[in-house]
Amino acid sequence: MASSMGSSSHKISVTINGARLEAEVESRLLLVHLIRENFRLTGTHIGCDTTHCGACTVLLDGVPVKSCTVLAVQADGRNVKTVEGLEQDGKLHAIQEGFMQEHGLQCGFCTPGMLMTSCALLEKNKNPGEDEIRQAISGNLCRCTGYVNIVKAVQHAAAKLR
Amino acid sequence: MIPATFEYHVPRSLSEAIGLLGSLGHSGEEVKILSGGQSLLPLLKLRFARPAHLVDINRIPGLDYIKEEGGVLKIGALVREAALESSPIVRARYQILIDTAAVIADPLVRNLSTVCGNLAHGDPANDHPATMLAIGADVVATGPNGARTIPVRQFFTAVFTTALAPDEVLTEIRIPAPPPGSGGAYLKLERKVGDFATAGAAAFLILAGDSIEGAGIGLTNLGPTPIKATDAEQFLKGKKPDAATFAEAARRAAAATSPNVDRRGGVEYKREMARVLTHRALDKAARRAAGGK
Repeated sequence: MASSMGSSSHKISVTINGARLEAEVESRLLLVHLIRENFRLTGTHIGCDTTHCGACTVLLDGVPVKSCTVLAVQADGRNVKTVEGLEQDGKLHAIQEGFMQEHGLQCGFCTPGMLMTSCALLEKNKNPGEDEIRQAISGNLCRCTGYVNIVKAVQHAAAKLR
Repeated sequence: MIPATFEYHVPRSLSEAIGLLGSLGHSGEEVKILSGGQSLLPLLKLRFARPAHLVDINRIPGLDYIKEEGGVLKIGALVREAALESSPIVRARYQILIDTAAVIADPLVRNLSTVCGNLAHGDPANDHPATMLAIGADVVATGPNGARTIPVRQFFTAVFTTALAPDEVLTEIRIPAPPPGSGGAYLKLERKVGDFATAGAAAFLILAGDSIEGAGIGLTNLGPTPIKATDAEQFLKGKKPDAATFAEAARRAAAATSPNVDRRGGVEYKREMARVLTHRALDKAARRAAGGK
């Protein structure tokens, strides 16, 4: 645990995709940089760096957040799930299958964030309507698809998970 | 983008946090409270803010409550916008708060951003201030000498400046429970999801028979601070809640604005949007006061 004493450097421990990892981080290190640079999990993307685009979305204790707008030290002792944690035993997660089947991506840059947000939506709502899906992903920007196939991909996954 | 260096402090109790704000503040260095961080971290990354210390209040237990007590809705310092939006009490009785939370940034930001932080940040472009002005909320500021209550109408003193002392934490928002015959609504004009308001208007009405017994109007991003449209509020009292009354009140609310020119529009346009949104918010508040949607 980070000490309650003020410091500019902290030893932290974070569970990422089920594995407990440790790091010594500066106060100012962002969670997305911890994930990509310290832990070398580069599936999580940095898009805008200004809290707009959602490419860096990860699940923090199961809740989707923009990891460019959380400090690494805030994740101390907590659970983080990234896009690398979706596939299990060589089998794609239903949401990944959905994006593949429905062509839910073109360039793929926004996809890791879209997958994490959609995954969290389906945990809460087994049968989301189009409006609910569009609401849920409104913090994730895609500049290729026009969102139509992304909505279909989420519905595909929802049907598969039911 | 990477913030400038700072020391990070993570108190485990409110008294520890207040003690830190006091002791660190004495050094003359800037100290900021980190709650949801969804406004603060972007400012740090852009280096518009370079505090020497961050005091992270997120690990203090017991600050994430939403409860009604003695005719007052109490919202604790660590209530996230997402929690407000999904709260059964709020959904049942405080529709204006749902209107407001739903248009703040986007759902991912709302998973972290806090309602109290939306006020404490002191940004005239934030959405809750207008609503809190319309419904006559108070905030509780807790410091070394205990808690004091500040009416929201006295809270916003200048752009990004509030009545909070450097060693105080905004620990609670208190909202009077809506009386029978009341209704409120918040409307925001935005260019796209997640943008700050081009203009925003909150209206709250208490109707008694055929007349308006009480009225509150708050406006977003139309001046250096959130605006309480007192002239329009006074005008509404005792009047019939009809189109002519609301049109005049909306005109008076727009006259109270002093918008700046930016990429969202010019002064004349924003003032006109203030008028239109106030009129629509009053209409909606009146419909809700009469039991409609």
